Amino acid sequence: MRTLRFSLLAVLALAATLAALSQSPPETKPADACLACHSILEDEPSKQFVDDIHGTRGLTCAACHGGDPTVDDMAAGMNPAKGYIGIPKRAQIPQLCARCHSDAAFMRTYNPSLRTDQLQQYRTSAHGRRLAQGDTGVAVCTDCHSVHGIRPASNPLSSVHPLRLPETCATCHANPEHMKPYKIPTDQFADYRASVHFQTLEGGDLSAPTCATCHGNHGAAPPGVASVERVCGTCHVFQEQLFDRSPHKEPWAGLGFASCSTCHSNHRIERTRDVLVGTSPDAVCVRCHVEGDAGWTTAGNINSQLSRLDTSLQDATGVLDRAERAGMDVSEGRITLGNAHEKLIKARVDVHAFNAPEVQATVEGGLGLAGQAHQAGLDALAELAFRRKGLALSLIIIAWVVLSLWLLIRHLERPRQISRQ
Amino acid sequence: METETTEHTEGSGRRRFLEVLLGSSLAASVVSVLYPILQFVLPPRAAELDADTVVAAKADELAPNSAKIFRFGNRPGILIRSADGSYRAFSATCTHLDCTVQYRKRESDIWCACHNGVYDLQGRNVSGPPPRPLEAYDVHVRGDEIVVARQQKA
Amino acid sequence: MRKLAARLYAWLDLRLNLDDLIAPLRHKTVPVHYFSFWYYLGGMTLFLFLVQIGTGILLLLYYRPSPGEAFESVQFIMTKVRFGWLIRGLHAWAANLLIFTAVLHMFSTFFLKAYRAPRELTWMSGCVSLFLFLCFGFSGYLLPWNELAFFATKVGTEMAAAVPLIGHWLLVFLRGGEEVTGATLTRFFGFHVAVLPGITLLFLAIHLGLIQRQGISVPPGMDRAMHGLAYLRKHDPEAARTWMEAAGSPEMREMRFFPNFFLRELMAWYVALGVLATLAAFDPWELGVKADAFAPTPAGIHPEWYFLAVFQSLKLLPAKLLWIEGEQFGLLVFSAAALAWLLVPFIDRNPEGRSGRILKVVGVAVVLYLTGMTVWGWLG
Repeated sequence: MRTLRFSLLAVLALAATLAALSQSPPETKPADACLACHSILEDEPSKQFVDDIHGTRGLTCAACHGGDPTVDDMAAGMNPAKGYIGIPKRAQIPQLCARCHSDAAFMRTYNPSLRTDQLQQYRTSAHGRRLAQGDTGVAVCTDCHSVHGIRPASNPLSSVHPLRLPETCATCHANPEHMKPYKIPTDQFADYRASVHFQTLEGGDLSAPTCATCHGNHGAAPPGVASVERVCGTCHVFQEQLFDRSPHKEPWAGLGFASCSTCHSNHRIERTRDVLVGTSPDAVCVRCHVEGDAGWTTAGNINSQLSRLDTSLQDATGVLDRAERAGMDVSEGRITLGNAHEKLIKARVDVHAFNAPEVQATVEGGLGLAGQAHQAGLDALAELAFRRKGLALSLIIIAWVVLSLWLLIRHLERPRQISRQ
Repeated sequence: METETTEHTEGSGRRRFLEVLLGSSLAASVVSVLYPILQFVLPPRAAELDADTVVAAKADELAPNSAKIFRFGNRPGILIRSADGSYRAFSATCTHLDCTVQYRKRESDIWCACHNGVYDLQGRNVSGPPPRPLEAYDVHVRGDEIVVARQQKA
Repeated sequence: MRKLAARLYAWLDLRLNLDDLIAPLRHKTVPVHYFSFWYYLGGMTLFLFLVQIGTGILLLLYYRPSPGEAFESVQFIMTKVRFGWLIRGLHAWAANLLIFTAVLHMFSTFFLKAYRAPRELTWMSGCVSLFLFLCFGFSGYLLPWNELAFFATKVGTEMAAAVPLIGHWLLVFLRGGEEVTGATLTRFFGFHVAVLPGITLLFLAIHLGLIQRQGISVPPGMDRAMHGLAYLRKHDPEAARTWMEAAGSPEMREMRFFPNFFLRELMAWYVALGVLATLAAFDPWELGVKADAFAPTPAGIHPEWYFLAVFQSLKLLPAKLLWIEGEQFGLLVFSAAALAWLLVPFIDRNPEGRSGRILKVVGVAVVLYLTGMTVWGWLG
């Protein structure tokens, strides 16, 4: 009797325990059992996926890898019958991502303003075309966007944020080993780092060009000689317009020279200095022009015009600085100087018409303003001299008064004979 | 007898000389004090209003759909008269790299020639590199003067 | 010229009885002795105060007392108004020289014991006048509405809150609100150009009137000899003259105010004018940047030099002394000291004896302390 009761209790207890064990804790979100197990393993993907945009939006591992994310059992979850594909092959990745990202209706349910033509663009890119030919060494989506830690491009931690994009491209393009079969240079990143665009970017201007600005991001390819001018002209409007009517346009098109990069380089676009245009050994003009030809004369002319204005500005600045250090107010002069400086900037832009009289006209305007600023500085110094002279005069008058007083006092208090009777 | 008499005559001659010397020096000093005071008291030609308000233009100076750059404090400002005759004013310093912007008649927008930045007529940065809108100013028409003032902070 | 002056005088005399008014001035004398050099300081202070009134009125023609316009109006005066730089420079420099000479004048009268009977009121009205000059300095400093002044005013008025009982009320009264704002500027402007001038003129009138009535004081001991001489003069002028000659000692001499001392004082005033003009021309007072209430306090904020000693002393006090807050304690001590200083004529019972000697030592200690603290505050 006692043995039976005991066994019954034992069975009940066992059943209760089994029942309890088989219950899963109530959850608010659909279970990602894949992530749960892999987190315990502490592998890289699971650690990164917490910050991934897909992860935070509620997508599971199965969204890309397939399988069943609702079951704990490894075999059941990673079941090819349930669509599990394991680690996707590189060549498959663009299609894999595009399954969602090219589906406009689907993407609208997450972020309606996101574009859905990335795959289409990719197919036109140098990477996409080569991939289609079977080259898996080229970049696919995950090479740029990272695999499990994908963030929006506006996030500073994203591998495609403007501040980090050049590094990301350089992962392949600056690696000589990797780029050997493609026979293209690997110095673009180093060159870009020396450029004014990179410096501006680092200085905080996120609108400064990165690789993607000129090459495109998903449709990345070199612009092509004929379109370099238009690409640069997106921001540098005047330079493009002036170049179009300059004597270089047609000949260079015929010779296959890219317009802007022939003089300014494509990646190593350094801050321009006036010495770039002219007839000195450092000028770019002398690469083609020789002494005596029309271009040589024009180049020399343009350079001397720019020098004239630059020197004049420096003179004016010097005078204004001197006056200001002496305590005079030179704000008007500084404003005029600022306007004169803008003329110099305009003159430097006018260079792109490669027409000396045009540059000269702007320079003359600038010289007038610089002259005015210079005069303002001289006026301030003259005022200072006037004040000092005025002070000297008043001090002389004061000395005169003091002297007169002293003499009068001396006279009044001179020792006198006092007569006595 | 007083020996003072001779001294007195000499004294009075010398005394008069000294008095003249003193008198003239005092007069000169008074003039050198009064001159700057009188100059000071007469107001200077350019009697500006304060640096938060400036007369940007006369009433009929700007034709509709045109603009003018004017000085506001130490920076440039732009006064725009739209096609409908109304006035707007903004800081003319581009928020990208400080170039001076200009008004484009055809597009009726504000444009920065340096890097092709574009602002609309509300001063909002709509295209190109500029990261922020242009600072807007208040415009009042006072008689035949167009007066631009900085917007008051709440 | 002389005839014209004489006729003008006669015309006025008929109407105002000028002779009676001027008579005392004709006979006014100034003692001449080893220390009489110090007598120039009082007149110098008055001269500088007159310069302040004159330049102040001129500045009023252009200054605008509102936060939106104050700084710009001072900039306007400095750059656009003819000789504006000069008038403003004179006003700024004379303010500092005024306080300096006033302090020097106060200490000289202290050490020469000019405060002893019957001149107690002269001393007290003088102390009050110095306090008023400091108020002028504090209120005037804010008027250009630049960054330095704004924060110096903030710190300075904050100390008012440390006064027990009425502290907060005092702070709100000074600031025209809880914070330093345009209301403070308006208020300080009103103090500076109307309230303070009125009160100061009253106390200066008392101060100068008393001096006219009582004559210039002399160092202790000398007055007894002067009394004797005065007695002799009245009763036996011949003997007085003989005695003066025979005595020969410079301690006995007197100088007529008109014309002798007056001409000398005029010399001193002109030299001072020359010094002021040179300072204004060579070291224009910096205008700085416009005040911005929302900007963070710039590093190294400090008040004008004449407040540095108090400022530095308060900095050195610990946060709490016994049960009183450090700042409050400091204020109490300084107020007590100032009160004692004001009442010195009543404390110094025996100027030529023991209390006189003790107070001389105290005076030297005070001078050393204030100078040391000022220098320390300046260097810090």
